[in-house]
Amino acid sequence: MTTTGSSQGENPLQPPWGPRPPRAPQALASVRVVEFGWAAAGPLVGTHLAQHGADVIHVESSTALDPFRSTYPPFKDNVVGPDRAGMFAFYNAGKRGVTLDLKQPRGVDLALRLVRTADVVIESFPAGTLARRGLGHDALRRARPDLVLLSSCNQGQTGPHAQHPGYGSQLTALAGFNELLGEPGRTPVILYGPYIDYVAVGYGVIAVLAALERRRRTGEGCAIDLSQYEAGLQFLSPALLEHAANGTVPTRDANHDRVAVPHGVYPADGDDRWVALSVWSDDEWARFGEAIGDPPWADDAELASAEGRRARETELDARIAEWTRTQSREEIVAALRRSGLRAAPVESIGELFNDPQLAHRGVWRRAPHPGLGDVGLMAPPYELSETPARADRAGPTLGEHNEAVFKGLLGLGADEYAALAADGVFA
Amino acid sequence: MTALLDGLRVIEIAGDDVWGASAAGHAARILADLGADVVKVEPSSGDPVRAVPPFLQGIAGADRGLLWIALNANKRGIRLDLPRERERLRGLLSSADVLVQTRDVVDAATAASWSPSLVVVTVTPYGLGGPLTEVPASDLEVTASSGALSLAGEPDRAPVRTTLAQSPFWSGMYAAMGALFALSARAATRRGQQVDVSGQASMVTVHPPACVHWDVAKEEHTRLGPFLIGRSTVGARFRNIWECADGHASFAIQGGPIGRHTGRMLASWMAERGFVAPLLSAIDWDKFDNRTLTQEQVDALEAEVAAFLRTVTKREFFAGVIERNMLGYPVADASDVYADEQLRAREFWQDTRVDGTTLPFPGGFALFDGERPRIRRGPPRLGEHDGEVLQSAARLERVRTA
Repeated sequence: MTTTGSSQGENPLQPPWGPRPPRAPQALASVRVVEFGWAAAGPLVGTHLAQHGADVIHVESSTALDPFRSTYPPFKDNVVGPDRAGMFAFYNAGKRGVTLDLKQPRGVDLALRLVRTADVVIESFPAGTLARRGLGHDALRRARPDLVLLSSCNQGQTGPHAQHPGYGSQLTALAGFNELLGEPGRTPVILYGPYIDYVAVGYGVIAVLAALERRRRTGEGCAIDLSQYEAGLQFLSPALLEHAANGTVPTRDANHDRVAVPHGVYPADGDDRWVALSVWSDDEWARFGEAIGDPPWADDAELASAEGRRARETELDARIAEWTRTQSREEIVAALRRSGLRAAPVESIGELFNDPQLAHRGVWRRAPHPGLGDVGLMAPPYELSETPARADRAGPTLGEHNEAVFKGLLGLGADEYAALAADGVFA
Repeated sequence: MTALLDGLRVIEIAGDDVWGASAAGHAARILADLGADVVKVEPSSGDPVRAVPPFLQGIAGADRGLLWIALNANKRGIRLDLPRERERLRGLLSSADVLVQTRDVVDAATAASWSPSLVVVTVTPYGLGGPLTEVPASDLEVTASSGALSLAGEPDRAPVRTTLAQSPFWSGMYAAMGALFALSARAATRRGQQVDVSGQASMVTVHPPACVHWDVAKEEHTRLGPFLIGRSTVGARFRNIWECADGHASFAIQGGPIGRHTGRMLASWMAERGFVAPLLSAIDWDKFDNRTLTQEQVDALEAEVAAFLRTVTKREFFAGVIERNMLGYPVADASDVYADEQLRAREFWQDTRVDGTTLPFPGGFALFDGERPRIRRGPPRLGEHDGEVLQSAARLERVRTA
């Protein structure tokens, strides 16, 4: 099993040595996953598992298309088409893809036959959707008693809001993230997209891996009910406990911090160029003064303590901005890092693709794709030394692996397959 | 039900700064919640997170910091003076499955020689190796380096980070994930390995669509305040945070079956309340396609919606979207979250005693066969388990060498 395939030579960002080939079978080399779901929250769980060797079969409909195939740009040359969709190819990297019409009993039967071969099922439709198709928990676990079944939805499988449909960008607001993002007294801003979905993806992968760990010990399967909302709240637990303990309501405070001061994002020379920096102790403050050339204002004895700096933080922020504005981002960051201080450029998205540190880790990978030509993929942020992840296969085209899966894996004969196809079962 | 990670032994070495200590703390907390026996190793000065405000009831104390409390429930804690007590650490690791650390306190080669089956997870701001490997960073710098900061804030003002540091949570989550992948591999090989987690790379995973837009269309997304980008084939942006009567609501004009249903429901809700919205009521929702609207069309529609939302409270909005099964939620704060009936119905909150006070903790992150993992204990006082942990390690060591 190789990790970069033929794409290595085409990507100048790939470190010349490339990711090391695995020295042992990948972590999930003998695990099969069947996945029902669309958009981000379910399918990205499968992508993590596929990156570590699982055979992930993504089941979808060719009539009710995944919005990442039909609705969300970007599309190749801005022309909409299910196999021209950048989002689907990225979010389903490394999987096999089949199409099934789950409104037909024979489609449901084939899905159950697939589940019989699987260790893990991932589903991320609104609570109850699969059950209405005859693919509820009981049916799935009858098909495979030691199944690990992950159900991930907006608000969980039970409770008064279980059926409520939701998008991640708005669920992010319900959990309280946006209340904490922005400047005091101004409208909160957004966390770009469905932030909370990606939190839920991480916890979903962890839940599946932990359940597989127990299955290895005890032979038991597990039904996991993951509420994306509850998963997201884990990342807010200190703010929640603060309210519970002290009755205060934490809110947004621009870039200020409760320990570090100064702590902010300051303008550098150039158009929309910014630098982030923070000072975590009185000793660091002394070094900061030296690093910025010992201006008289920084020498003020009142500023030698964190309390003193906090009392005059607005003034301090303005003074620092005066200094940063005259220099390039790179000069500022280099000067502060030379003094052992914390500073970093605010990188734009395009800049990430030329970031030497990310390149060193081989974060960006590429893979061929019949509709998009060539797509960029992302390696996971955790590197395993002996069984590294692979990220060298884009998401499948619509129904790409129907024959391989239904004939090869389930053993349908050519005539049977053709008859089912003619009846629209693979739609 | 047997806990998922019952029998798994984890040693967490407290990080040297707030970022590292938070990231390692969160990683080990996840494993602890799933049933692992986690022993946290602190210097006699304590984990730096212990000193981070705010404190329980506003009273400072090593056991009273709310960040500390949140990150360290379900663990036991001991003190070790490293490197002086390195042999004791070695003794602890001889019976452990996973080590979580924030620099090479124990490097991979040493770990392998001490215990070949040990999984060594090291979480650092930029990862082990590469030009930035020794460079210190906190949440703000890690987030800046990942592109995530460039995507949050108002266009003509400085980018902003979430006021509660998020990158330690992301990095800790991926550290726990990496540990579990390594344990899966170990089941076949009986050998541990090193898991190298980068905070910067962790935060790059927070905005995949921005990367896809750059890759496929060479379109660079940047911060737009409360507006969503990337939903349009003609480049229009859509408002996602709106003023409402007593705060803010999250809502967007969207396409697809649920988005069209949402638009139809909104139009009828506004009509019930007597709002005159000629543009909105003229839409044929069966055919509505948000991707092709020009910015002028979007702005005009949004002006009608804004007038309505300004008259609705957060609570009314929440009840309204639930009743109509439409998309949208209030911008909640911590008090709204504690009041949420869905979380109460799912028994999310778990009362936990901390330093003499009972706190309703956010419970385990999922239900496993219908059960939510418990908060079994509050965070350890400094050195609380020195005696029991070190005695049992010494006993094991005697057995091993006998």
